[in-house]
Amino acid sequence: MLRYSLTRLASLTASLLVASLVIFLVLEVVPGDPAAFMLGLEADPETVAALRRALGLDAPAPVRYLDWLGGMLRGEFGLSYTYKVPVAELIADRLWISLPLALYALALSTLIAFPAGIVAAARRGGPADLAVMGTTQLGIAIPNFWFAMILVLIFAIKLRLFSAGGFPGWGDPLAAMKALTLPAIALALPQASILARIMRSSLIETLQEDYIRTARAKGLTPAQALWRHALRNALIPVLTIIGMQFSFLIAGAIIIENVFFLPGLGRLVFQAITQRDLMVVKNVAMLLVLAITLVTFAVDLAYAAVDPRLRRR
Amino acid sequence: MRPPLRAMVLAGALALTAGMANAQSSVRIGMQLEPPGLDPTAGAAQAIDSVVYGNIFQGLTRFTETGAVVPALAESWTISDDGRTYVFKLREGVTFSDGTTLDAGDVVFSFTRAVAPDSQNAQKGLFAQIEKVEATGPLEVTITLKQPQGSFLFNMAWGDASIVAPESAATNATNPVGTGPYVLKDWIKGDRIILTARDDFWGEKPAITEATFQFISDPTAAFAAMMAEDIDAFIGYPAPENIPQFQADPRFQVLIGNTEGETILAINNRQPPLDDVRVREAIAHAIDRKAVIEGAYYGYGTPIGTHFAPHNPAYVDLTHLSAYDPERSRQLLAEAGYPQGFTTTLKLPPPSYARRGGEIIAAQLAAVGIKVEITNLEWAQWLDEVFKQRNYGLTIVSHTEPFDIGIYGRTDYYFNYDSPEFRAIMAELDATSDPEKRKALLARAQEHIARDYVNAYLFQLPLLTVARKGLKGLWANAPAAATILAELSWE
Repeated sequence: MLRYSLTRLASLTASLLVASLVIFLVLEVVPGDPAAFMLGLEADPETVAALRRALGLDAPAPVRYLDWLGGMLRGEFGLSYTYKVPVAELIADRLWISLPLALYALALSTLIAFPAGIVAAARRGGPADLAVMGTTQLGIAIPNFWFAMILVLIFAIKLRLFSAGGFPGWGDPLAAMKALTLPAIALALPQASILARIMRSSLIETLQEDYIRTARAKGLTPAQALWRHALRNALIPVLTIIGMQFSFLIAGAIIIENVFFLPGLGRLVFQAITQRDLMVVKNVAMLLVLAITLVTFAVDLAYAAVDPRLRRR
Repeated sequence: MRPPLRAMVLAGALALTAGMANAQSSVRIGMQLEPPGLDPTAGAAQAIDSVVYGNIFQGLTRFTETGAVVPALAESWTISDDGRTYVFKLREGVTFSDGTTLDAGDVVFSFTRAVAPDSQNAQKGLFAQIEKVEATGPLEVTITLKQPQGSFLFNMAWGDASIVAPESAATNATNPVGTGPYVLKDWIKGDRIILTARDDFWGEKPAITEATFQFISDPTAAFAAMMAEDIDAFIGYPAPENIPQFQADPRFQVLIGNTEGETILAINNRQPPLDDVRVREAIAHAIDRKAVIEGAYYGYGTPIGTHFAPHNPAYVDLTHLSAYDPERSRQLLAEAGYPQGFTTTLKLPPPSYARRGGEIIAAQLAAVGIKVEITNLEWAQWLDEVFKQRNYGLTIVSHTEPFDIGIYGRTDYYFNYDSPEFRAIMAELDATSDPEKRKALLARAQEHIARDYVNAYLFQLPLLTVARKGLKGLWANAPAAATILAELSWE
């Protein structure tokens, strides 16, 4: 188990280093000057030059790359060009929305998908299975931003049960959870649909394995065989998908954040890219790479926990 | 059971009235763009002024809704006969929100800082004529100009000329300290800014004691927030297609005004064949402004024939010089040696007026034989490719700075326009203070660029404001980016 974890950790570090270089190089070649963006159409060229100096943009590229890497190792992420506050603070503020939102959506989708997938697999071909398959087909087909708008139309504009968007802050946890509810539902719908289908097909596959027949031959009921033997083995592909979905939910919620004007990480990146706040862009990109590699790492370890055979490899 | 029930009803009623009283003194305003910082003297973003102008920061003079310039921190002033010396008398008892008192030294500091070599002021040009600024008394400032400048008092009304204090200037972007009636209470980055009325404000106390600026960039989300009454007003409402719906709804009021944004089809005056005035005139006659306004802004927007705001008293309607006339257009192209037309580029920044308008203009130009290759650019790309490197043929952009006809005198500007005659008019204007003479000179300037067909002038960008009924004091027009909270109240 230790050797397995160490190899995983080494490949994680290598991917992070490569990612940092790629991110830096891509931002180097992207056209657009943050200083020119901030000063608008009437500024003197010398004012733009003064701002470039103040932002540290006049140093050579390798120096800036090493500065950035060194800063990250020391836990310093620099100042946002536009907001003039530490990037770490900006990201932390946004994570307080994006992370709970992702967890909320993930919890919702798991809560819906697991029972639905299990029922559909256990009663394969029956009405419950058909209902689950039909609903999930719809859930995957509906674009989540459109679903989000429908939710707003019904629950915010017509029924006035929720705000149309915005985030009141965590000062009042109930109000905060309420503000995240519609976005979480909108995000969870397609995820739950995918997850339920994976759960179902994976479970159906394991139910056909020899060891299930053996278990049944030992006298277990179909339900007992499913809960004790099949479910555990069926979980591996489902875990992979959950891991991928979690990364997606943190980074990919841009559209939902726009619909509900939530100040999350996705919107921060979107805004930073248009404003050429490269300091924010490269650090958030790096953070997302880190998050995704860490999630993959955690999923790898979870595999090993679920399937002992992997530990010996 | 009865008394507690009654007590509960009473308490409920009290809570309700308390809630209503609260609603009467607070306002939630929606805006599309969040300011990057809150220092109006460092950065060009209009969103900065939309939040802080007149609320947190004040200047010597200020704009009113009509664009007139009236006293603000300067109570009065005298101008020497040669027009070069201005003596401002500052208001007494003005304090900054950190408790320090405004004196002449703060004014000297503010302007010295704005013109310094390392200044990050986006409108350094406003101060270009200042020779020296001196404190000639505790509340008296004498400003000497290099030469007379008729627009000096106007320039001093800009947010970029706000008066700041030496103790707080460096941190104004995140912790603004000004002389205005409001202070920053909270800023949830990416979401909202909350201003609250100062207890120690030196002037009249405003009716609105707390204001929330909520930033909603997505037009659909703006619609939903307004419809759900999550916000009380949306200034610069981004979806003109919804306006009739709000007009029909008794809960709302709609204000349609003008901004200072002249929306133009900018032309690279040095790139052949666009360097030929006949070609530029042909482009101007090929454009049907009505169709462009209809398509780009659902019919809201005033046609313009030159680079000047129609609500300005000095505006001259010159749209007839570039009336829609495709026949004349083809004729001019033939005269210039392009009977078959030519191909050029049209580079479009992100705003919908540019993207939608660009498609329509491309079709109209194609009708007279001018083929354009459309490229959609992000703002940062546009600034680099079009504005800085001038690698473009045509582009569509709205010039939102007030009174910016002076850019046609800048030979280093991205139009690549160079006219000594125009510069002479501007120099004369700068040296003239007499209002009637200024008006005549401005008319000449407007006509000069219209007859040179420097750019094709499309329309004045409208300002759409949707608000709940009962909110009074909103500006229909925006002579400058500003949301004057002290003028707002609930009926």
